[in-house]
Amino acid sequence: MTTATLTGRRPANAHPWLRFAVRRFGGLLVGLAVLLVATFLMVHLIPGDPVRNVVGLNAKPEDVERMREALGLNLPLWQQFGRYLSGLFTGDLGISLRTRIPVSTVVASGLSASASLAAVAFVAVILIAVPLGMTVGVLTARGRRRALQTTFTAVTGLFASIPGFLLAVGLVYFFAVANPWLPVSGRAGWTSYLMPVTALAIAPIAGLSRIVRSQTAVVLGEDYLRTARSKQLPDRLLYLRHTLPNLLTATLTIGGMLLPGLLGGAVIIENVFNWPGIGTQVVIAVTGKDFPVAQTIILILGAAVLIVNAVVDLIIAAIDPRSTLRED
Amino acid sequence: MASRRLRAIVGAPGTVVGLVILAIVVVVAIIGPAVWQDRAMTMNVMEARQGISASHWLGTDVLGRDVLARILASTRTSLLLALAAVLLGSAIGFPLGAVAGLLPPRGRRLVGRGIGIALAFPGIVTALFICTVIGIGAFGGVLAIGLAMAPGFARLAQTLGTAVAGSDYVAAARVLGVRRGALLRRYVLPNIAEPLLITVTMAASDALIALAALSYLGLGVQPPSYDWGRVLGEGLQDIYTTPAVALGAGAAIVLTGLAFNLLGESMAHGFDSRAGSVSARALRRMGRSLLPGRGLPAAPPEPDGEPRVALRLEDLSVYFPGPDGTLVQPVRGVNLTVGEGEMVGIVGESGSGKSLTALAAAGLVPYPGQVRVQRREIAGSDVATMHPEQLRKLLGTDLAMVFQDPMTSLNPALRLRRQLTEKLEVHEGITRAEATERAILALTDMRITAARRRLDQFPHEMSGGMRQRIMIAMGLMGSPSLLIADEPTTALDVTVQAQIIDLLRALNAEHGTAVVLISHDVSVINELCHRMVVMYGGRIVEQGPTAEVIAAPRHPYTAALLAAVPTLQTGREEPLASIPGQPPSPTAMPAGCPFAPRCAAADATCRQEMPPLIPDGQRDLACWHPLSESDEGRAPGGLASPRVGSPAGRSIPGTRRVRT
Repeated sequence: MTTATLTGRRPANAHPWLRFAVRRFGGLLVGLAVLLVATFLMVHLIPGDPVRNVVGLNAKPEDVERMREALGLNLPLWQQFGRYLSGLFTGDLGISLRTRIPVSTVVASGLSASASLAAVAFVAVILIAVPLGMTVGVLTARGRRRALQTTFTAVTGLFASIPGFLLAVGLVYFFAVANPWLPVSGRAGWTSYLMPVTALAIAPIAGLSRIVRSQTAVVLGEDYLRTARSKQLPDRLLYLRHTLPNLLTATLTIGGMLLPGLLGGAVIIENVFNWPGIGTQVVIAVTGKDFPVAQTIILILGAAVLIVNAVVDLIIAAIDPRSTLRED
Repeated sequence: MASRRLRAIVGAPGTVVGLVILAIVVVVAIIGPAVWQDRAMTMNVMEARQGISASHWLGTDVLGRDVLARILASTRTSLLLALAAVLLGSAIGFPLGAVAGLLPPRGRRLVGRGIGIALAFPGIVTALFICTVIGIGAFGGVLAIGLAMAPGFARLAQTLGTAVAGSDYVAAARVLGVRRGALLRRYVLPNIAEPLLITVTMAASDALIALAALSYLGLGVQPPSYDWGRVLGEGLQDIYTTPAVALGAGAAIVLTGLAFNLLGESMAHGFDSRAGSVSARALRRMGRSLLPGRGLPAAPPEPDGEPRVALRLEDLSVYFPGPDGTLVQPVRGVNLTVGEGEMVGIVGESGSGKSLTALAAAGLVPYPGQVRVQRREIAGSDVATMHPEQLRKLLGTDLAMVFQDPMTSLNPALRLRRQLTEKLEVHEGITRAEATERAILALTDMRITAARRRLDQFPHEMSGGMRQRIMIAMGLMGSPSLLIADEPTTALDVTVQAQIIDLLRALNAEHGTAVVLISHDVSVINELCHRMVVMYGGRIVEQGPTAEVIAAPRHPYTAALLAAVPTLQTGREEPLASIPGQPPSPTAMPAGCPFAPRCAAADATCRQEMPPLIPDGQRDLACWHPLSESDEGRAPGGLASPRVGSPAGRSIPGTRRVRT
């Protein structure tokens, strides 16, 4: 027996979390590489001449040629890929074909608006769904309060199945048109967050709180909760110490799946509220065939999804060491 | 079975509502363009942006077109596009996933990873990608949504395929040399068709909404064509003047989406009709019909001036709600006293009420159970007179519980340190450092090596026997005067059982802790307990010193129970003895002696009147016709042998269960 084991620390090579982290990071790199290649090739998959598509048939050939030159479309494919890669690090992502503004400038302004919306929505989801689901779970455990459970299931089921952008339309009608309480569009002050965040968060709150409730019911029926009850612990410890950690794995797994959904939902919701984020920008870019902007934003959205998933996996592995064993 | 499920599905309200809405939508989709197209396309600037009126039920849009007609006329487009996307998605996803499920492990993992990455991508990102490449329009939209849905279908088909491929009948078919194609067609596909159908139904709702979203954003259907999403998008521009446009189109999308979802969900429920709530299942296990609980016989008087007791229960009954608002009574008027340092075994078949008696003693009977008890004393204190906080402390420290399955009785998310020390921190208010030292002592007492290191480990890092010793150590932390162990060895293998029994004996000898051992296994009780309590039908039927009861059982049930225990002396050719008949259900308790229906000696009195538990020497007995010393049906000699603890005295493992 080594000193390390005597003091209660395990040797470094026995760190399952670290090994898991390394493996998961490798997976993330592969995913990012695939994403990079896909977004790069995207431009070359566009039928016809992507530049001509934007400027139209009446543009002078010299102009088209100049723009192709500027975008590096005349270089060999591998050199273009090199430029694409180095551009990501230097921030030189080309220029918008529509506005002639550098893509990095366009995206930078949108990114902060989008990130703040998604972050507020995510925090709202966690802060509301977990306590709500747990409370209802505790109140309805072992078939108590049937009426509450039926109501909860019906209401959350309804909200979980209403798509966010339709809810957004309803919100706009009720809170901006019928009753002029909230700003209908744009991003100005905290009141402008209320409707987009609500539209974005309601369905995930409903979905997640259902999961949390059913998981709470499961955990409360577990043998180890009976053990904890037999110790006559106060309710606070019974629920926060013995129940909550056992909910976290399922909650985080679902929460992690929700986050990309939030990003995706944000793209649509932003358009409803004219939110000055990358979601609004990407739709304008795609409809306007402005492929440098579209390409960059799709890359950002994709990378965000991959990174969020990896981070969630790592957090789950840290909380629930058994999950590292499940891989492979 | 299949027809009942089908009936359950068709009869469910969700199915009816879903089908009715969908039928209406389909009819509108078929006749829509023919009936409403002209009206929907007729522009009339004079009537632009009108509100709701008799001639325009939902008003008119910016070009004076009738909104309702536009929504109805675009039903076909919306529905067909959604259908096309689902078909495309399943045409790509299902074969990919099903084939992946049959691949060798390495290939399966690789495809699985790929599907996982694709799944993580929000459909909208895929759709944006496709729309950039293909260009905006209905074709691009369908392709985008179809591709975005494919990974989900593939994952499902792969999971199901893997499960089916791992099943015995596929293994058998492989051995028989069935080809891979035939395997897929004949064995895998039929078995995964049901869940796939449900998924496709639900996916139709998703596709409808996703396509509406794309059209709404201007990436899907392009003018002059229109679908619900397009109408919604145009309506939103004018939501201040004509909100009915956006709201009407939105309602059409939500309603149709909801109908698909309802249908899918009720199909899923119908296919899984076995599911039910825990309490419903528990109560079902108790039985179906019900008789009301009978009046209880008076408790035998307890002699005064007794020494302090570890546990006293007087006239304990436990009630659970039965079907139709009645009450069932799985524990009926039990009187139990455990002296200080005494080791008492409670034996009985499943459903005899022994575990509930123990839970009631600890105040742990789960909802919706109710406990009535005349008097409950723990460590000499009457529970009824105590302040709730005092009671918590008393039950938390003076009474320790050990449960059957050590694999599930420790909290998997907490380190052992937390689980062991919290009791003392809460009830005795000592510091964590002090509590840690006590925990190390308790673990060492339970013969656990490297105790300090174990404290930082999680339960999943330990074996079952180790966990059960930890459970006992956890109980010891409060220096309890009573330990209640409910089937503590049942889930363990036989060598570990022996260790646990030895530990309980040592615990009793060294600390003077009283032990109540609950078991269906007479031989375990024989090895450990001074006194033996036999329960049947929620009542104590016989109790007395273990050796005496085993040597000369007086209740016919005790005798039958002992006779059913095989020993090393039991001939191998003899069939295993068992008690004929079934234990009574708590919902259909006989009026008289609960054992009468299975008892050879039962007469009319036994069937009509409940025999009271009457002291007789050192024995208590509830029987109208007790066996005398010379009667047949006593235990074979092996059990009654005086030796305790040596392997020869134990019966053969695996054959000890008495009708559980």
